[in-house]
Amino acid sequence: MSVAAIETEQLRKVFGDRAAVKGLTLQVEQGEVFGFLGPNGAGKTTSMKMLLGLVAPTSGTASLLGAPMGDLATRAQIGFLPEHFRFQDWLTAREFLLLHGELLGMDSRDLQIRLEELLERVGLSAFRNKQLRTFSKGMLQRIGLAQALLNRPRLVFLDEPTSGLDPVGRRLVRDIIHELKGQGTCVFLNSHLLSEIEVTCDRVAFIRHGEVVRVIELATLDQNLSLVTIRAAGLTSEALAGLAKWSQNIQTNNGLLTMTVQKESDLPEITRYLVAQQAEVYAITPNRISLEEIFIQTVGEDGGL
Amino acid sequence: MSKIWILARMTFREAIRRRIVLTGLILGVLFLLIFSIGFRLIFAAMGEEVAPTGSALTNIARSETSGFLLLAGLYAIAFLSVAMGALLGADTLAGEINSGSIQTIITKPLRRSDVVLGKWLGFAGLLGLYSLLMSGGTVLSTFLQAGYLPRHMLAGLSLIYLEALLVMTISLAGSSAMPALATGGMVFGLYGLGFLGGWIEQIGALLNNPTAIKIGIVTSLISPTEALWRRAAFEMQSPLTAAMGGTPFSAFSVPSTLMILYAILYLLIALTIAVSTFQHRDI
Repeated sequence: MSVAAIETEQLRKVFGDRAAVKGLTLQVEQGEVFGFLGPNGAGKTTSMKMLLGLVAPTSGTASLLGAPMGDLATRAQIGFLPEHFRFQDWLTAREFLLLHGELLGMDSRDLQIRLEELLERVGLSAFRNKQLRTFSKGMLQRIGLAQALLNRPRLVFLDEPTSGLDPVGRRLVRDIIHELKGQGTCVFLNSHLLSEIEVTCDRVAFIRHGEVVRVIELATLDQNLSLVTIRAAGLTSEALAGLAKWSQNIQTNNGLLTMTVQKESDLPEITRYLVAQQAEVYAITPNRISLEEIFIQTVGEDGGL
Repeated sequence: MSKIWILARMTFREAIRRRIVLTGLILGVLFLLIFSIGFRLIFAAMGEEVAPTGSALTNIARSETSGFLLLAGLYAIAFLSVAMGALLGADTLAGEINSGSIQTIITKPLRRSDVVLGKWLGFAGLLGLYSLLMSGGTVLSTFLQAGYLPRHMLAGLSLIYLEALLVMTISLAGSSAMPALATGGMVFGLYGLGFLGGWIEQIGALLNNPTAIKIGIVTSLISPTEALWRRAAFEMQSPLTAAMGGTPFSAFSVPSTLMILYAILYLLIALTIAVSTFQHRDI
């Protein structure tokens, strides 16, 4: 049916003798919010810049919305908020959006309407005639976001969109991402803020040393109880051995039992079993595995340095 | 074409907003004021001394004095225009690549060449206005005070404008590959080289030394800016000055029309380099 929003095949970028991106192979579907996660210097920004045509790949291919990378007509359907947003600060907020809308080739009447709508959405209507040089970092981020959404894009690239934002600004970015998803827009999000990724993304790719090492779906992550801590007294060794039915990984420590289980639905059964074995159960605490744990597991304690 | 136009307008507006135009305007008016006062004083004194009122030589002396002063003024303007061109071009691409503000521009549905050509066009317009104000103002001041108009004025003033355009284009080419400061250094270095070569050629011509003239011509091939000024001066100087061998602000050894065409070719090549370097650069 529909083509992938982003499809890359062994995308590679070498700067001098250092490979910033080793071989990126990735598929992102339309309408999906996709997180690109990795430690600093893992090649996130370079990857994004290659997709946007800012950096020429050393080798490999990629397509956006079905068209080869760099296709001018496709660019009219793409939005981009760069990291460390610096814009033409001698323009007013309104002029800035006008300029970018004109460069997108938008119809001027549509642009006027869209511009006011977005100024309102990012909360900058009152500042529409102020020059960007007078804006705070958070305000610049907001106007940058508005700029990325002018053309009602089908695919939006956001590079660290919440860096340097206060909680209100972060919330705004998160809400806008949800709205975009609701409209069927694909959002490709670069971030090292795990909590942000966790609440906004459908899927996440972990990148390390310029390679995708793992892709996970966050929806399934939620149901995957991995770790359960049980506080119980009077556990016999036979009772312990019987637990192997639910888990291969059991550890005991002073009456504190930790084990990994596959399904949440195993928990009542485990409780019944322990009670039947005469154990005195004080607490059973499921620990949802966090993105942070997966991150550390995946990229390593050294952060991939 | 429309994207080039949008970017040219943006460049123009930037120059206005960042007070480049205002600064140029204030200093330009100051220049014209001082030139006019100076012209008035020297014109009056020199006219009286060289050719007292009523003498048959009065008219010739007056027009020669006017021509000399006008060329001196235009020489300063040529230099100011060159500096303006160098500064406008040096920071533009380099600065925006550095700050990252270029990123949201070149990811829009446009070619990178549109960005370079749009900026070039914007700067060309600015330099045109600057030239019109400065050269035009100086010529007008001389005309109003002494009734003097140089020969081949349009050709001469166009050549001064071409000189500024050439320097701006070289600067833009440098800016597409190097930081602003390195670009500035390169452009003024080239200008200095052309200036030096020009004088070696001039003095060589005065002393009838063909080797010195050749060195000058070779230097002009490397950096044709000064050659454009000398041709401009030649176009505008009076026949009498030409016959006498010129003044420090005019030309003994006149660059050929071929040299002018070479300078235009040089400009086009610099613009091509600017486009192609920017096209292939990782941002």
